[in-house]
Amino acid sequence: MSNSATPVLEARNITKLFPGVVANEDIHLTLQKGEILALLGENGAGKSTLMHIIFGLYRPTRGEIWVNGAPVVMKNPRTALQLGIGMVHQHFQLVPVMSVTDNVMLGDERVKGGFLDRDAVAARIRELSQKYGLEVDPDALIEDLPLGVRQRVEILKALYRNAQILILDEPTAVLTPQEAEGLFAVMETLRRQGESIIFITHKLKEVLRIADRIMVLRGGRVVGHADPQTTTQQQLAAMMVGREVLLTVDKGPADPGEPVLELDGLRVASDLGTPALRGVSLQVRAGEILGVAGVQGNGQTELVEAITGLRRVEGGRVVMNGTDMTNASPRRITHEGRSSHVPEDRHAYGMVDVYSIADNLVLNQYYRAPFASGITIQTEPIAEHARALVDTFDVRTPDIAMHAGGLSGGNQQKMVVAREFSRPIRLLIAAQPTRGIDVGSIEFIHQQIVAKRDEGVAVLLVSAELDEIMALSDRIAVIYKGEIIGIVNRADATREGLGLLMAGVRPGSHE
Amino acid sequence: MNRSALRRTGQLLLVPILAVCSALLVGAAIMWLFGDNPVAAYYGLWEGAFGSPRAWSTTIRKMTPLMLTGLSVAIAFKAGLFNIGASGQFIMGTVCSVAVGVNFAGLPSVVHLPLALLAGVAGGLFWGAIPGLLKVFTGAHEVIVTIMLNYIASLFAAWTVYAGGTQGQTPGPLWDSTAGAISRTPEVFVSARLPWIVAEPYRVHWGVVIALLVALLSWWIIFKTTLGFSLRTVGTNAKAARYAGMHVHGITILTMMVAGGLAGLAGAIETLGLNHRFAPEFTGGVGFDGITVALLGQTHPLGVILSAFLLGALDAGSARMQFSSGVSVDIIQVIQALVLAFVAAPMIIRQLYRIRKPSDQAESTLFSSRWGRS
Repeated sequence: MSNSATPVLEARNITKLFPGVVANEDIHLTLQKGEILALLGENGAGKSTLMHIIFGLYRPTRGEIWVNGAPVVMKNPRTALQLGIGMVHQHFQLVPVMSVTDNVMLGDERVKGGFLDRDAVAARIRELSQKYGLEVDPDALIEDLPLGVRQRVEILKALYRNAQILILDEPTAVLTPQEAEGLFAVMETLRRQGESIIFITHKLKEVLRIADRIMVLRGGRVVGHADPQTTTQQQLAAMMVGREVLLTVDKGPADPGEPVLELDGLRVASDLGTPALRGVSLQVRAGEILGVAGVQGNGQTELVEAITGLRRVEGGRVVMNGTDMTNASPRRITHEGRSSHVPEDRHAYGMVDVYSIADNLVLNQYYRAPFASGITIQTEPIAEHARALVDTFDVRTPDIAMHAGGLSGGNQQKMVVAREFSRPIRLLIAAQPTRGIDVGSIEFIHQQIVAKRDEGVAVLLVSAELDEIMALSDRIAVIYKGEIIGIVNRADATREGLGLLMAGVRPGSHE
Repeated sequence: MNRSALRRTGQLLLVPILAVCSALLVGAAIMWLFGDNPVAAYYGLWEGAFGSPRAWSTTIRKMTPLMLTGLSVAIAFKAGLFNIGASGQFIMGTVCSVAVGVNFAGLPSVVHLPLALLAGVAGGLFWGAIPGLLKVFTGAHEVIVTIMLNYIASLFAAWTVYAGGTQGQTPGPLWDSTAGAISRTPEVFVSARLPWIVAEPYRVHWGVVIALLVALLSWWIIFKTTLGFSLRTVGTNAKAARYAGMHVHGITILTMMVAGGLAGLAGAIETLGLNHRFAPEFTGGVGFDGITVALLGQTHPLGVILSAFLLGALDAGSARMQFSSGVSVDIIQVIQALVLAFVAAPMIIRQLYRIRKPSDQAESTLFSSRWGRS
């Protein structure tokens, strides 16, 4: 079986039907030894279904899986693991209170004399870490580890089970740019050592950076193959979405007016009680977009929560439209402050999964006319409102009575944006407005943010994606360890300069 | 009702109905194993619950407090709270309504009866407010607090009717001095009693009408008002509720108070309508049965009416069943427990009957989503 032309994995004519939906249609996939295959496609394109079939979580309606030149029947993930296929899910399957060693051996425990043989497992982990450059302390508890390291543990779990084929499902969605670079280095080592990788993503830049071959899915079908050496982001985006996509945002110069949001020496504590903001002062004026850049975890979350009334302000002031709103209730900040908030974690804060789309669209308006009359909820105006917004904001759904959890990520975010952008506001706080959503939706949401600015709304944009900050902002503030370390005009900003600020290097300091 | 709403209702009813059928089947199997005749037993059960006007009146009488304690538990569930304390709130409602009912001689009924009912509601409300406040201000979990308050309520009630000791211990404040060594209260004045709809021997009082109206009112509040909207939001996603400007803490306290008030009302109605006095042995398991009623009713107020009717019928028919077939009434407890097990673990039913999980999990029941800090 050492014939290098035999693919380690082959999916032939895979078709998967769900009631009323063709999730995969006649898909061919081959994976060679020591190759990174990128599987590119928007949410709902059928990437996950295909991977679930390969990993034994679904049975295909038609088609076959071949491993090392022989047809196999994937009964369940156990079969897949036995055949050397490992999967790293987007949401990590780790037990936070257990150590790295325990997590790695979970489900495949090694026993010596009736007891768990932790030492042997830990030794094996160290050996694997060394071989593949996956630095991790076997005794550390998962809950103490940053997300990037947790992901390494997931990869180790697969390697510990002797996986020769790794499926990585949206592995960079939760990583900082630096952590993503670290992951790519690991992937390169794995490739050198003869591992084969299927890399699922919708980020074009990453695909071009790391993949040997690219396969694009749309609507459950393979719509094209591409060679990263000869293709461009534009071409990939067009293949993915099925039309030309604007990767840059078209916007004119800003025409800033009077200050709408003023922060003065804001101090806030983190969940652990440590200082998260150490005296943040900022101004956002009407008709401008102020981008807050920074490596995740430098106080961005706390900043947004302090402004929107979700976190107690310990010192300093929050002023909206000239009125002091420090520690005001979220409802007062929404209505009196005439503000909107697109929260960074839409599942936790932005929506109620089990509610209908219509109900979600009035989540912070439900008690006001025309949605309520006295204390009674008015179903018809709520439905009318929903129909209008779904239409305007291009939320793709068969029914406004459908529960919002059933929408794709991009459509959920468009729903949140629809709710927050459709009110008459003066201030918009958008936190990670395009995290984890597809290119088409990103383009739409970016256009909407610029449209708000042009209406004269003051926009505070917080994003971990430097590209997004650069594309949208008129001014850029960089946050580092709870302080604004610098503010630059967009015209004067460079990636390198911002990168230095994000790393905490103050302009003019000689370090 | 349009088709999708019909389908959703069907899905909601499917598991409870199958759970009840399965429980009856397993119950029959148990009887058969012990050499009893399940057919005769269930015939007796049916006769005792629906076989005569007398049987119907018993069923109605039994379902009345169950409806209210079921609503108490169900409404708390809707806000993400697990009220195990309906039992204690029921007892407090009973004690408070009796305290008003045995005092104020000469008050006209239009004043005395509402006053006694309100006293019962207030007693339960107060008992529900404690776990609500403790959850909000200290993070104490309502399950633990309500369990402990159940014990306190039951001991407090016993003290109020304590007959005193032979060594001259002071009797409780509500003790019936004509009862000798028996611990009980005097009967409440006639002016504080709920009138009969159908008098002796059927003994159906107006409590059932009150309970039905309260159930409809609860349905309306939960699904048709802004308060209900925020209550359900807090129950399904407390963070989103806070984001949307809802007063999560206020709603938590209010919901526990309402839940307590409903159980308190159940106690008041049971006393003022039926028993007319309080003795410790009356407290029974109505509060705990409320949990079964709420879960079987899918925490939906209208579902609670149906499940209270069913459990009431089981209870009403059990005596006749034992009398006519010789099967011990305890089998009814077993069946009730099986119903609860099947409803609380719907996966068993879904596996057993190969029902797929509904694709749109629209507002499925969330059992106490907010453990720990609220």
